[in-house]
Amino acid sequence: MLGYLRKPQWSPYIVGIGIGGLSWCTFYFMEKALGTSTSFVGAAGSGVCAIAPDHAASNAYYLKEYGAKAGGFKPIFDWQMALDFALVAGAFLAAWLGGTFRKERVPTVWAERFGPSVAKRYAAAFIGGFILIFGARMAGGCTSGHGISGGLQLAVSSWTFFISMFISGILTAVALFGTGSFGKLATSEVSRV
Amino acid sequence: MFEHFFADPKTLLLGAITGLVFGFLLQKGGVTRYNVIVNQFRFKDFTVLKTMLTAIVVGAIGIYAMLQLGMIKGLSVKGAELAMNAGGGLIFGVGMVLLGYCPGTALAAVGQGSRDAIVGIVGALVGAAVYAEVYPLLARTVEPIGKLGKITFADATHASPWWFIVGLAIVAVALFTWLERRERRPVTA
Repeated sequence: MLGYLRKPQWSPYIVGIGIGGLSWCTFYFMEKALGTSTSFVGAAGSGVCAIAPDHAASNAYYLKEYGAKAGGFKPIFDWQMALDFALVAGAFLAAWLGGTFRKERVPTVWAERFGPSVAKRYAAAFIGGFILIFGARMAGGCTSGHGISGGLQLAVSSWTFFISMFISGILTAVALFGTGSFGKLATSEVSRV
Repeated sequence: MFEHFFADPKTLLLGAITGLVFGFLLQKGGVTRYNVIVNQFRFKDFTVLKTMLTAIVVGAIGIYAMLQLGMIKGLSVKGAELAMNAGGGLIFGVGMVLLGYCPGTALAAVGQGSRDAIVGIVGALVGAAVYAEVYPLLARTVEPIGKLGKITFADATHASPWWFIVGLAIVAVALFTWLERRERRPVTA
């Protein structure tokens, strides 16, 4: 058992079965679907509350996602935020046990294409994160809420998101990295642990 | 201001346990790596697709079985607003490749030491705040287009969900078999 936990990487099928099983648990114990990105709205809203409480309290989107309480939207820490913080801890545990924890500022695939500049990588990460959440909130979910939870419920909304996300991702990857090595399987050292 | 800040402890604990297991699985699967995610969209690494499709098929079987057995009261389907879902998906794909993580895997990536994911999360928080300001405009213009409500493909076609689940399972097994044959390196179990 401990030997398996110490393995640097598990089969994607084992991990997929685990995540599928985890979704059964969230439905059974919490009557909730696995999701992560709504909390970015709650956290952002809580931050805006600190600067302009009246403005945040009456914002239509915060009220839509978190429901109207007396006096409008207020800072919140709910189950999904606990989940999001625990994601960091769970991944740390897995990386630590597997010996794959390492400080990384510029991933190798990025560096091969765009060079070793940390500033350049961080700028892209910031803009990418911004676009990512804007898209997720517009679509009503992300890779977990729509992709996995919605996908497994056979939701029309989620499969619409999933397919358009994939098409856009492929086009973006071609635009950023070109078609030179498109489709050629990466070696395990580059791609994995 | 903070009287309703925390949800009840039991809910928070269940959320935390879920996140702990989810983060552990994502990291062990390798899908918290920028290289793995970006190389999926370049068709150079299929770890992301294998993981997600397996989770969807396994999850679907369990959820619909529990629903039929009355073990769960209902589903938790997000409303179909096709223009928002598709438009948001198109925007999301750009962000996912630029950042190299999705929201959940960015958080998990922080746990394995990926510093660029922290910057991505800061960008995401700013993005969420900006979205909240833009939302009223989108609600008036884009949201009403293709608004179908909280429907599944089973609802839309009046067919049993099991047709779709069996179909998905067949597609998944066929795809996995093909991919495994194509990959030189056998997957370690």
